[in-house]
Order: sequence, then C-alpha cells, then structure tokens
Amino acid sequence: MFSKAYSAAIHGIDGLIVSVEADVSDGLPLFDMVGYLGSEVKEARERVKIALKNSGYRLPAKRITINLSPADVRKEGTAFDLPVAIAILTALGYLEEEHLKDVLIIGELSLNGSIHKVNGVLPIVYSAQQKGFTKCIVPKENAKEGAVVGNIKTYGVSTLREAVDLLRGETGMSPEHLDVEALFQKKNREEDVDFSDVAGQKAAKRAIEIAVSGMHNILLIGPPGSGKTMLARRIPTIMPELSFDESMELSKIYSIAGLLDNQGLILKRPFRAPHHTITSSALVGGGRTPRPGEISLAHQGVLFLDEFPEFQKSTIEVLRQPLEDKAVTIARLHGTFRYPAAFMMVAAMNPCNCGFYPDRNKCSCSINMVKRYLNRISQPILDRFDICVEAMQMNYKELEATHKEETSEEIRNRVNIARNMQMERYKNENFYFNSQLTPKTIKKYCKLDSKVRTLLEQAFATMNLSARAYHRILKCARTIADLDLSEQIQTKHISEAICYRSLDQKYWGE
Amino acid sequence: MKNQEYNYWISSIPNIGPKKIELLLNTFGTAEEVFKASGSALKTVIECAKSDQTVRFMQSDLDAILHSKDKNRIHMEFSRLTERGIRFISKEEEEYPDKLRQIYNAPYAIFVKGKLPRKDQKVIAIVGARECSAYGTEITRYMAKSLASEGVVILSGMARGIDSYAHNGALEAGGITLAVLGCGIDICYPKENIKLYMEIQKEGAIISEYAPGIQPFAGNFPMRNRIISALSDGILVIEAKKKSGSLITVDMGLEQGKEIYAIPGRICDILSSGCNNLIKMGAKPVTTPMDILEDLFPDGYRNPAEAIAKTQIPLSKGEKKVFDCLNLEPKYIEVISDQTDIPMMELMEILVKLELRGLIRQTIRNHYIQNLQ
Repeated sequence: MFSKAYSAAIHGIDGLIVSVEADVSDGLPLFDMVGYLGSEVKEARERVKIALKNSGYRLPAKRITINLSPADVRKEGTAFDLPVAIAILTALGYLEEEHLKDVLIIGELSLNGSIHKVNGVLPIVYSAQQKGFTKCIVPKENAKEGAVVGNIKTYGVSTLREAVDLLRGETGMSPEHLDVEALFQKKNREEDVDFSDVAGQKAAKRAIEIAVSGMHNILLIGPPGSGKTMLARRIPTIMPELSFDESMELSKIYSIAGLLDNQGLILKRPFRAPHHTITSSALVGGGRTPRPGEISLAHQGVLFLDEFPEFQKSTIEVLRQPLEDKAVTIARLHGTFRYPAAFMMVAAMNPCNCGFYPDRNKCSCSINMVKRYLNRISQPILDRFDICVEAMQMNYKELEATHKEETSEEIRNRVNIARNMQMERYKNENFYFNSQLTPKTIKKYCKLDSKVRTLLEQAFATMNLSARAYHRILKCARTIADLDLSEQIQTKHISEAICYRSLDQKYWGE
Repeated sequence: MKNQEYNYWISSIPNIGPKKIELLLNTFGTAEEVFKASGSALKTVIECAKSDQTVRFMQSDLDAILHSKDKNRIHMEFSRLTERGIRFISKEEEEYPDKLRQIYNAPYAIFVKGKLPRKDQKVIAIVGARECSAYGTEITRYMAKSLASEGVVILSGMARGIDSYAHNGALEAGGITLAVLGCGIDICYPKENIKLYMEIQKEGAIISEYAPGIQPFAGNFPMRNRIISALSDGILVIEAKKKSGSLITVDMGLEQGKEIYAIPGRICDILSSGCNNLIKMGAKPVTTPMDILEDLFPDGYRNPAEAIAKTQIPLSKGEKKVFDCLNLEPKYIEVISDQTDIPMMELMEILVKLELRGLIRQTIRNHYIQNLQ
C-alpha cells in the first residue's frame, strides 16, 4: 500500500517541502530508501525500524520502499526520521491517509521511540505556512520556535506514540502558543553589559557611537588591556532594538545553525567574536551542503575580530564581497545559497608586536617591525573601515573616577535619532545607511559649502590624504552631522571625521 | 695602468684594511710596486708580519692579493667609477681631508659622491638612536636646521631615525650635509632613504671607505663611525640608549679630541639615558643651537632663534589653550581634551585648524606635538 507524508529540508535559509512516500508491498523482506540522501538520512532506516518496534508497532516481513521527493535535491539531517515512520505506519494502515493531509512533520527518532530536537524548525514552519499547510508536528523542544510563525498550528511531541495519537485526533493536545507581541513589548533590554561600565575612553566611545549610527565598520587600536574587547562587547547594546522582521530573519539563521536555544526568537542583536584561527568557510559559511557562517550569525549585529592581524590573510579577504553585498552567496553544484550578512565589522588590534607603540619607553619594536605588523592587513580590507580609533591605556585616576559614565540607553537614543534621519533621507534609495554611500551618491547627499570645501582641500594638502580617504571622511562626516541634527555638513563635522580617518602608512610608524 | 688605478686596486682587495695597506706600502713604496711584487716577496712580508703580530696577515690575504691582480678588471672598474660620478681619493692626494689623515687607522682611500666641504667650513656630526622618540625627531630636525642655516655642515650616517632627520633638517634649511656610509658608496642603505641619498649629493657629499658593491655588514658600521667622528669638529648626541652605537662614535671622537655635545632628556627615558650619562661624564649639555655655535664661532654668529622665530599669529582663546597644552611629547587627543577641558568635538576642530596653520603637527595618528618652527 502506498502513502505520502510531508516534511521539509533546509535550502539556504528557507524550508523546501519534501514529500515522503512509502510503499509496502509483497516481495522479499526489504527496507529501502531512495531520493538523493545524505548518509544520516540513509541511517534513518535503522532508527525508524527499531523505534517502530519499541513503540509497539510490528513491521511485517514485506518490501518497504521510501522515496523522498523531489528526488534530485540532496537531503541531509535527521528531521526525516519521524515523517518516514509516520508514512510507513500509514502505509501499514495504522493511520488514515487523510490524517496526513496538510500536515508537515519533522523530528529525529531515538531507538526507544522518543523524539529529539532538530535544526531549522523556524524556517521550515515558516515555509509550511507559506505553502498552505495548517498543522505542523515538531519535536517538543523545538515547539516554541515553530510557534513563532502565526496562522499555522504547531504541535510539540516527545514520542512517536504521541505523534500517532495526535494525527488520529485522539488526544486533546493544544497547539503550542507563543505571544510574540508580548515578547517584543517586554523590555527585552536586560543586557548584562552596559557602556557605563567603561571608564574614560571618550574618543573611542564617541567613535563607536558614530560608527553605530551610520553602520560604519570600525577598527580599534590600542595596547593590550586597554579595553578594546570591553568596548566592542557593548556595541550591540547601543544599536536600535530589533524589529520583528529583523528578528525573524535572524532567528531563521540561528534555527538552521541549531543555536536557537529553547527561546523561540532572537531578541538581542548578536555579538560574534570568532577566534583568529577560524577558517574562511566557518567565517562566511560553507560546507558540502552550505551552512551559515559567523558573518551570517552576526547579521544585524556585530562581528568582532579581535587580534585582527593574526587572522589568516585569505580568511579576511573573503569578507570583502559580503561587506559590499550585505549577504553572502555560496554556489554549489546542486544549488546556490544566499545567507544574509548585514553585520557591522568591528576589529581590534595592537599597534605593534609588543603592543605599546608609540610609547618608546615600553615598546622595543623597530619602525620596520611596526610597519610589517600593520602590513599584515591588506589595503583593500583597511579601506573597508570608515572609522579608526585608538583605545588608550587608562590611568588609575580615570579608573577611580566617580563621575557617572553615560549609559547605553542614553547613547542609543542619539543613535536612533541619527538613524531616523538617514532613513528619511534615503527613503527613495535602495540603501539605508551613510556607510553605504557610493561616490555618486556622496555627491548627491554630502554637499559642502565653500568654507568646508576649503578646509578639506587644505587638509588634503597638509596631511597628504589619499582619494580613498576622501570618500571615507565624507561618509563619516555625514553621520557626525546627522548626530548633530544638521542637514549641512559643517567644518567641525569634517574636522572630527579627519581625526577618525583610516590608518595609513604615513601616520603609523613614520 | 695609471697610478690611481694601482691605488684603487690596493684599496679594493677584500679583507685588506688600512693597516695591512700601510704595511705593504711601507715595505714596497707604492701601490704599483706592490702590484708588481712577486708572490714570494709578498709571502716574506706576510711571514714577517705574522711574527711581528701588529698586523694580522693571513695566508688567505696573500691569495686575495694575487687573485685580484686582473688588469682588465681593475681598469674597467676604475673607469666605471668616473662614469658614475664617484671620485676615488687616496691618502696620497691633496684632496684627502686632513682631519681624516690625522687619525689612527685612517682609511687608505675614500670614495666620494658630491663635494667635500671646504677646510674652513665647520662640521658637526649628529648621531643618535635609529628607533627614536618624537622628542628626538623634533630636536634633531630643529638642531640640524638651525646649525645648517648658520653654514655649519651637518654630518651623519644616513641610518634610520636620528641620522635621517639630521640630514633632512639640514636639507630643509638649504644647508650642506655629509653622509658617511657603512657599505659600498653605490648602495643606498637603508633603501627607504633613497631620496635622501640623491639629495645629499647635490650640495654635500656621500662618503665611504668601502669600494662599490660592498654590502652593509654589521661590522662595517663601528668602522664607519671613526670617519664620522674624524671629519667632525664636534659630535652632537641626540638620543642614545645606554649601549648605543652612537657612543662608539663618541668614544672615537674623544680619542681624536673632539668636543662632545649631548641633548639632555628626562632621567626616566631609556632613550635619553646614554645622553644623560655623557653629560654626567662631562659632555656639554645642549639646550639651544647657540650652545654649539658659540664654540664653533667664538668671534660671533647670528642668533638662529631670531632667524627662525615663530611668526606671531593671533590665536583664539581655545586655540591658545590647546597650543599651550602641547609640547614635544606627543599627546593623544583624549589627553589633550582632559587637560584643556575642551569637549572632543570642539577640540578636533581646533586641532585641525592649528595643524593646517603649521603650528602643531601629528607624529602619528591623533598624537600631537608643537611644531618647533
């Protein structure tokens, strides 16, 4: 007898509906699975057989064939265990065909018949809802994740028996409920870190505020122990709160990566700090069946690269394209996958090998060593940082100072205003932030009056700035003006932007 | 072969230094005689020297002498020198600097690109650390500039750090500067000083005792220092650690009876410890260029401070506050903001303004100092 259940596979960050067909017919006793399966899917055969037996269902000595369709898309993961078991049970007559109509089933089976959690529930349920399914059966542990999606009933089950009873309509189980509205209403800003924890560092804090306002990438330079990591860790706390759509997109990525712990939705902006030994595929995503990398996990948040010059040059170079496109496209023989990656890049580095340059009493590096250290970062990558700022070694007086430091919330309020100004200005454009301005749009949106123009001209002559620096200074000045609620870029805005200009050979290790 | 070519030959044999050359010339008379001397005659000389122990002649030296007797090669190399504007000046010539002739172990010959200074011109050697601080940089430039504008020739070694700034300062003032290299005269070491290498030759000179093509071996530099000290009338040490190569120059200068000048520094600065020690031992502390000029020109000189006095530009209150806060110690913007109580944003505007006017300058990004001139 033939039966059909529905399940789904992950494709990029979306779910792809897969129908699981089972046929039980006479012949030599055999259990066969086809449909371009990964080895973990093939292994489902053993898990399903034993789980069925241990749940009290007897498999007759018949020829069982399973097909996962579409048969030309590679299927991976353990989420097909449960639908395969259900399809077999239906083919054997334990369940009616109509019980499976409009129901999407996912879950991993254990040998004793209990159901374990799987990755990617959120995007799968979301796709199911889009495709018109009315019910979803997911592992109990993933139920919250699925419940985020509205207009579809999500049931969490913990054993195979429970799933069968549910399909038969024999239990009074109610669908999982999650009040998304309330989640967002609730002050979810229970951050454990706050900018007021950082004493002093006025220049760095100000630069970070500007960077966040315009989504500029920022490079922090400072001696060891000066608080670079401490500052970076607090950057997400001054970013505007996540909107529902942003949160949804982010949660999908986390769901696929299996990092969505029992909470249903990601409500805080991510802060990802991969170690410098990371490979390029772990950073941007990859694998035979691609999985999102760190840059996608940092989507809508901060990717922090500590000890920046220690990263493999090739690893850093792969960031260039995602930084431009705000997404990463990974091409494989069986498909092209696109993961969003609109992150803010924050990098930290020491000024030299020993870390104390330019303090000549502590630093023993020769000028050449300092230059060589800086040269580990290629110019094209350095060009991606609109803002560069030094974190200073703090003295005891500053650490002891009792005056109150600004809280993240106060800074965030200013950031929000600057972001709103940008939103208003770029409403007819296909970008949102000052950092995304191109030379052409800079001409349009960064108009300078003659006084400012002269200053910039002079600065170029005296400071020997490059043409690349010109655009970065203007973009940064635009954000500073926005923070100052000024539509016109003034001399003070340009002056400040000049101080944050990127590292260049002339001013580092002269 | 011309006489000069023989001289060139004897000075360009590997591992044959001034002492060995002197011994050979004392025995045979002229370089030409040495060239024509038979192997056995040379061998006898070497055997004698070995027992004498003043000059460490070896068997390999004899081989080197015999191998280098290639008339064609010598002729070609010598004519190449002239083609490239390199002059070969041996001790026998009038042009050979008297100051150099007088010292112990004087080089038999020097290679020169450019013009050697006149005998009546005063020469000050400026030496110091390669890895110098912003203070050292500024003072070097200032001193070199002030002295050069008074017609003093600035002599140094074209190394990184203090040496380069000394040459640069002299050139900025339109003065004359000499560089003594520790490698072949046709090699610019360090490479990044190529511009300096070209500029120095225009009015001043590049000098080396090493034949073209000799690489900058570490052992060459202490030797080169004896020429620096010999050619100078006084040695100014700007920044030196306790064990600095600059102090070799000073030692040799003392042996040769030169005046030693040192720039005092803070007692806790490692880079100034060498200088402070020199002062303790009797070197003259220098706080203005006049301290050197009064020794060089006892009959009077112009006050360079007047010549390059700051042109008074009216400053606003905030600008003055910032300007006064700065000195020769690089200060980071945040520190300036703390000390002047001017908020960051306003401060940055003032700093950029002052920098554009040339009153202050960044040593490295966002670290400011006052511009001495």
